[in-house]
Amino acid sequence: MEISSIWYFLSGLTLLSALMVVFARNPIHSVLYLVFTFFCISGHYVLLNAQFLMAVNIIVYAGAIMVLFLFVIMMLDLKRNQPESKSSLTKLAGSVVAGSLLVIIIALVRQNNLPAPSEGTFVAKTGMVENLGQLLYTEYLLPFELISILFFVAMVGAVMLGKREAGERNF
Amino acid sequence: MNLLTDIFLAKAAFIGVVFAITLGIAAYSTYFERKIAAFMQDRIGPDRAGPFGILQPLADAVKMFMKEDFIPANSNKWLFIAGPCLSMLTALMTSAVVPFGDTVTVGGVTFDLQGIDVNIGILWVFGIVSLGVYGILIGGWASNNKYSLLGAIRAASQNISYELAMGLAIIAILLFTGSLSTKAIVEGQQNGHWNIFYQPLGFLIFIICAFAECNRTPFDLPECETELIGGYHTEYSSMKLGFYLFAEYINMFISGAVMATLYFGGYDYPGVDFVTAQFGSTVAGFVGMGALIGKALIFVFIFMWVRWTLPRFRYDQLMGLGWSGLIPLSMYNVVVTAFGILIGKPFTVGIAGFALLLVGLVVYDQLFVKKKIA
Repeated sequence: MEISSIWYFLSGLTLLSALMVVFARNPIHSVLYLVFTFFCISGHYVLLNAQFLMAVNIIVYAGAIMVLFLFVIMMLDLKRNQPESKSSLTKLAGSVVAGSLLVIIIALVRQNNLPAPSEGTFVAKTGMVENLGQLLYTEYLLPFELISILFFVAMVGAVMLGKREAGERNF
Repeated sequence: MNLLTDIFLAKAAFIGVVFAITLGIAAYSTYFERKIAAFMQDRIGPDRAGPFGILQPLADAVKMFMKEDFIPANSNKWLFIAGPCLSMLTALMTSAVVPFGDTVTVGGVTFDLQGIDVNIGILWVFGIVSLGVYGILIGGWASNNKYSLLGAIRAASQNISYELAMGLAIIAILLFTGSLSTKAIVEGQQNGHWNIFYQPLGFLIFIICAFAECNRTPFDLPECETELIGGYHTEYSSMKLGFYLFAEYINMFISGAVMATLYFGGYDYPGVDFVTAQFGSTVAGFVGMGALIGKALIFVFIFMWVRWTLPRFRYDQLMGLGWSGLIPLSMYNVVVTAFGILIGKPFTVGIAGFALLLVGLVVYDQLFVKKKIA
């Protein structure tokens, strides 16, 4: 089978499941479609020969973050917390904004004409975890460390927000 | 092209064999669980179906399939069916990267006794384990039952909490090997250099996390019948319930195989050189596969042993152990291991770090923990 036909199939699946995230009536179904979308994106990473990104994408997004999403939505009483339906003016404005954004992005991509990698200098193993690690810890060391500090601060902030103050009600 | 198809067929046959072995062991685990429970409680256990009751799993399977398959009203039908399917799927997917043996030659085709040797092997295991919770979560929610939902939510928070400590324990192993590939991890441990000697603390953390990830006693809070009737599978009947229970036994076997791979040398066994010299590398490879399965079965026995020995934890104790017990411990383990590798004496430093930890715990206990006077 041609690799491009796999790509087309996977892209179609990704777009379809991403659309279903928006169109599904039940929030739980939305979350599950989103998980499926992440799987499709992981498939794209495999096609790009970046297995490490694929594994990390599944572990972090599908395995942890979406479980927490599902967790929170399952706690809600879905019958009582239905969002009231928007007026048709809001719907129209939303479609116009989203549609024009889509057009702008497509125009941008078409105009930029991103250069294809030349076959002589292309290294197929760029996405492998060893090369990625080498790159992160030599050339991009400073941004990498800054991002870890940012994550650390965010983590401390989350713990601070979630912490029970003295005298607060103990559930 | 011919070579490619030969290897493809060999791999396909091998994966089929692994599936058959996994399912067979999972089926017979139910029998041995009851036998071991009976032994520990001074009973006889199942002995009606066949000699010593060894046909009991078949009888159970027939019973499961014959029972009425009931889908509760007001449940979400498709997700209700998807729950057990997802559990089985994720349980069976992990074995793809476990190296069951070294290279063998059968019928002129040389291949590894491993599903796929990817350079992210252990991350694959980790990713599939983290997906394992979806089956429980979806099934519990789709049942439209408060007890099922509570069980599902417990399972989700428990899995996420213990994954962190598990990942940190794996990092210490990766420091030794320098590769994420499970094959490379096993090859680094050949000839008796098993990681358990260098990583006793890491193994302790990993096995505790494995208990929690498999929802086994003492961490089987999601199906705690005193509080939650049956937990996430309260509403399930017939073979759907069977799939949930089956997935648990598959998970036990696979986590045993992963623990053997990471800490007990995988397919390494004493006298591998002798067997290779006497009978050739193919026989040695298959003996190695037997050795790995044997190690995994020992872990399955430990799972059962602990189940019938220890009582269940309380939920806040479970969370406390995960977050404030195991995660700091595994961070300490990573630091000690890194220090040992830095100064070039991983074995000495590993043992010294473990001893230091024990001494520190005893001193802390004596100085700061108030004793209750009986």
